[in-house]
Amino acid sequence: MQVFDAIVVGAGPAGSACAYSLAKEGLEVLVVERGSFAGAKNTWGGAFYGPVLTNLLPDFWQEAPVERPIFQHRYSFLSGESCLSVDYTGPRFKSRPYNGFTMFRAKFDAWFASKAQQAGAIIATGLQADDVLKNGGRISGIRAGGDELPARVVVACDGVNSILAQKAGLRGELLPGDVKQGVKEVLEFPPGEVARRFNLFDGGGIDWEFIGDCTRGLPGGAFIYTNKESLSVGVVVGLKSLVETGIRADDLLEDFKRHPAVAGLIEGGRLVEYSAHLIPVSGLGMMPRRLYADGFLVAGDAAALVLGTGLALEGANFAVSSGIAAAQAVLKATKESDFSAKTLCYYQKLLEESFVLKDLKTHQKAPHFLENRRIYSLYPKLACELADSVFTSDGKPRKRTWKLLREKMKGRVSFYRMARDLIEAARAL
Amino acid sequence: MKQASIEDKLAVNKYTIDKDVHIKIDGKICKTCDKHYCLYACPAHCFTLSNGGITFSFEGCLECGSCRIVCPNRAVDWTLPRAGFGISYQYG
Repeated sequence: MQVFDAIVVGAGPAGSACAYSLAKEGLEVLVVERGSFAGAKNTWGGAFYGPVLTNLLPDFWQEAPVERPIFQHRYSFLSGESCLSVDYTGPRFKSRPYNGFTMFRAKFDAWFASKAQQAGAIIATGLQADDVLKNGGRISGIRAGGDELPARVVVACDGVNSILAQKAGLRGELLPGDVKQGVKEVLEFPPGEVARRFNLFDGGGIDWEFIGDCTRGLPGGAFIYTNKESLSVGVVVGLKSLVETGIRADDLLEDFKRHPAVAGLIEGGRLVEYSAHLIPVSGLGMMPRRLYADGFLVAGDAAALVLGTGLALEGANFAVSSGIAAAQAVLKATKESDFSAKTLCYYQKLLEESFVLKDLKTHQKAPHFLENRRIYSLYPKLACELADSVFTSDGKPRKRTWKLLREKMKGRVSFYRMARDLIEAARAL
Repeated sequence: MKQASIEDKLAVNKYTIDKDVHIKIDGKICKTCDKHYCLYACPAHCFTLSNGGITFSFEGCLECGSCRIVCPNRAVDWTLPRAGFGISYQYG
């Protein structure tokens, strides 16, 4: 029976990055993907950031099925029917190499897997990896679709619900407090309509995040991403807080779609897909202590490599980067003919030296800070009320903004508590 | 915009429905549960409450894994659909 140099489980961003990197160096790689095509089981909010993919596949966006390069970032506080926004755009984001893109996973993952295939990897779709094979203490392959598939090393890139990382003993059960649930609708419009509604005549797109009443004060937020001729509209909310308050994420999404700041922009959009997914958000607090074992590596969401800072929620670039690092460790192990943990630990060292674990370390206090409910209820409300007062011209003598703020804070939050929250924000984010 | 029901939403998705059920619940445990977290965790409303018990329909499942981890009684026996079945995202 053929022993593969490496079996990669899951053809998402981590898996395809790993398989591509290994196949390019001439290794015999099998990618096992449970969907009927790569991407069939995957969804996300909608944007990919950073240079990590460009480093692997220069000018990938000219060939990949990207929707729009992101030229604008917008953050909005929602309170009742009010909305206070900050919008940023600059020449840096409008020039190549672009900072980020909106994309669809079903299209992007399929494309990325095809690149791995062109490099020589075998992509087996419609095949579910059920378990790892163990030989003595080491992992020696996988069990998939009733067959035993031996390999020198297995790289688990099987997503947030990773069965293999659990079977390999690297990870326990996910906890509801460690994940957010994302639900998303894709709304399609007639050609030109998205550009017209969002003023996107230069071909660029918007990454628009909302915080406040869109989650009824629960930790999380809402988003709108502009695609070529469609919008991705969704909410992301802490799963634990959802079930404990008896609120459904899809009800929050319906509320969000009816908010006056949103309703007119999405009016008439034809729903073409509804998707849901879990996002591991506890960073280092939930990451397995070791991301390697004898004959085994874990990457991407399966290893909980997601950065959530409140301003950013990024996972796909971390997935690609970890997939590449896993490939480098496998290449080293191949060269040294040693696939034990002793050699494969090089993977974790690479991650520690790269932005992946550095960013997670820098923001390790963020997951705890982002549990602070005032961020999602009181502060958006205060911001909107303050804006309301500042912009109101009612013929009465005006007050200084600072005085207005102190009046609005009275009985709701002390100056001391707000200052502490600000300091904590500064430390965590 | 008209409020869309969950049935309307799931109706636009592409599924390949298996004859085998990939998620099973232990109805006896559910009858004694007073939390019913599954009702709020499932973004596809696969869990419904009837006569104090929980019934589950797997057809609209989005395979997110929420129900697996929220049940405090471990009454959800969660597996993925057989390869080739279940949700097939066309956008994602």
